[in-house]
Amino acid sequence: MIQEEAIIIKHENFQGDYRILHMNAPKIGPLVTPGQFIHLKVPKLNDRILRRPFSVYKADNNTVTLLYKPVGRGTESMITLNKNDVVDIIGPLGNGYPEAQPDTLPVLVAGGYGNAALYLKAKELKNKGVAFFGGQTAEDILCVKEFEELGWDVRCTTNDGSLGAKGLVTDAIKPWIKEQNISSLEFFVCGPGPMLHAIGNLATENNFTAWLSLDENMVCGVGACLTCVIKIKEADGWKWARCCKDGPIFESREVLWNE
Amino acid sequence: MSNPNVEINIGSMSMKNPVTVASGTFGYGPEYAELVDIGKLGAITVKGISPEEHIGNATPRTYETSNGMLNAIGLPGPGAKGFIEKYIPFLKNYDTPVIVNIWGKTHEDYGRVVELLDDEDNIHAYEINLSCPNIKEGGSAFGTDISTFSKVIKLVRSKTKKPIIPKLAPNVSDIGSFAKAAEDAGSDALAIMNSYPAMAINIKTKLPTLANISGGLSGPAIKPIAVKLVWDAYKSTSLPIIGMGGIFNTNDAIEFFLAGASAIAIGTANFIDPSTAEKVINGINHYLIKNGYTCINELIGQAQT
Repeated sequence: MIQEEAIIIKHENFQGDYRILHMNAPKIGPLVTPGQFIHLKVPKLNDRILRRPFSVYKADNNTVTLLYKPVGRGTESMITLNKNDVVDIIGPLGNGYPEAQPDTLPVLVAGGYGNAALYLKAKELKNKGVAFFGGQTAEDILCVKEFEELGWDVRCTTNDGSLGAKGLVTDAIKPWIKEQNISSLEFFVCGPGPMLHAIGNLATENNFTAWLSLDENMVCGVGACLTCVIKIKEADGWKWARCCKDGPIFESREVLWNE
Repeated sequence: MSNPNVEINIGSMSMKNPVTVASGTFGYGPEYAELVDIGKLGAITVKGISPEEHIGNATPRTYETSNGMLNAIGLPGPGAKGFIEKYIPFLKNYDTPVIVNIWGKTHEDYGRVVELLDDEDNIHAYEINLSCPNIKEGGSAFGTDISTFSKVIKLVRSKTKKPIIPKLAPNVSDIGSFAKAAEDAGSDALAIMNSYPAMAINIKTKLPTLANISGGLSGPAIKPIAVKLVWDAYKSTSLPIIGMGGIFNTNDAIEFFLAGASAIAIGTANFIDPSTAEKVINGINHYLIKNGYTCINELIGQAQT
């Protein structure tokens, strides 16, 4: 993990309300593995002082790219960032997705801009399987072309039916699993909490592994403050795990969900 | 021109510079070791340790507020034995004294935790947490009643020869009397202040933003409160004071020295810019040189009234 002053190369609208931020970050870029995140100090945030965590969408030897949606004070303040502005980032942080198990078909599942956290994994996996993207409307289905170009079979669902099948992403996956003759699937998932829970349950019921990228409010991002803890099952109960340091990727069967 | 003397002694503990980190904002060291050179700190103050392992509060545990944050983490930790096994081997790698923040649910716990830790040579001082706003038993209750406050300090004093540093609660009517009581009970220094008891409510759900209902406010919002408490305590005691509360840069730190602090701790700022402590260490040096001081002691308590 490194603290770096990244320089903005490009910051523009991506699709709908979604935005893409390209930064020159030659120290952090080469170290990023799929599923990791960076902790960004938003300039011009007035009286709010804490950093904001972002999944890394793309990274290479010189750059780090984020795909985000302005949803709160931090991300809304980011809209004013321009080319050549400097942002203080810490990263790469978190464990990232593990290596795929041999002889399994990988399945990517993304809700909204959850696929920002999955792109590097999609690129890295040798075996390209099926990617399920879900969103409220067509506007929330991102990067279909990028994933298809990598060789993934992308299936979309929207709540309003404006793109792909109407319904939740889980509604599309359930019948699909039944059709498969493959004995083993492995899920790589990122999206809102209820979706992670549903996919996790679905995978567990069918005895498949599901790697979930959990999103909790964070303060330090490095495992010190113990803000972002979640409950992990233990033989005789549960223990806390730090989403920022022990995660953000957890295997579905180890997570003890708050009912 | 030679570098000014910034060394500070707290009892038998010698700090090469007057900058430490506030307990609870720096983990036990390893969490920040890739970002911060722990060897450069005047001392490292680790997260609170109780005799046994403790699980802490439910979530949400923190909430961002105007110029600060609320926390009610609830002092989760590995306990005395777990701390020694897990973190002392790491901390031994650095030529930086280790201050262990200790706490208990009962009066006796404070004695017991010291008994469990005291044989460890790599613990150089104890900060006695008498002011955590987030623990139902003990914590703040020990810090706002002067007789229990003195009783705990005397018990800790009887268990160790190492320096002891009570951490004072900010929500008392007269900080000077607590400073004096701490001195009379055998303390070597004072840590001022802990986070300020505070609360925020979500107006949509009408629920408090923290699972613990209330928590401790920290960050720049509390800095002027801390400066006054240090100033008031400085006038009541001859003990060295470690000042803390919203220090984000060198200027903030200098303000605390002028108010009477002999050393300072960086707290919430670690979360935002982990390099703050190093920047402040360098900044203090530059300030002293620029203003013609040869020793940090010349600055302490020099606010003009």
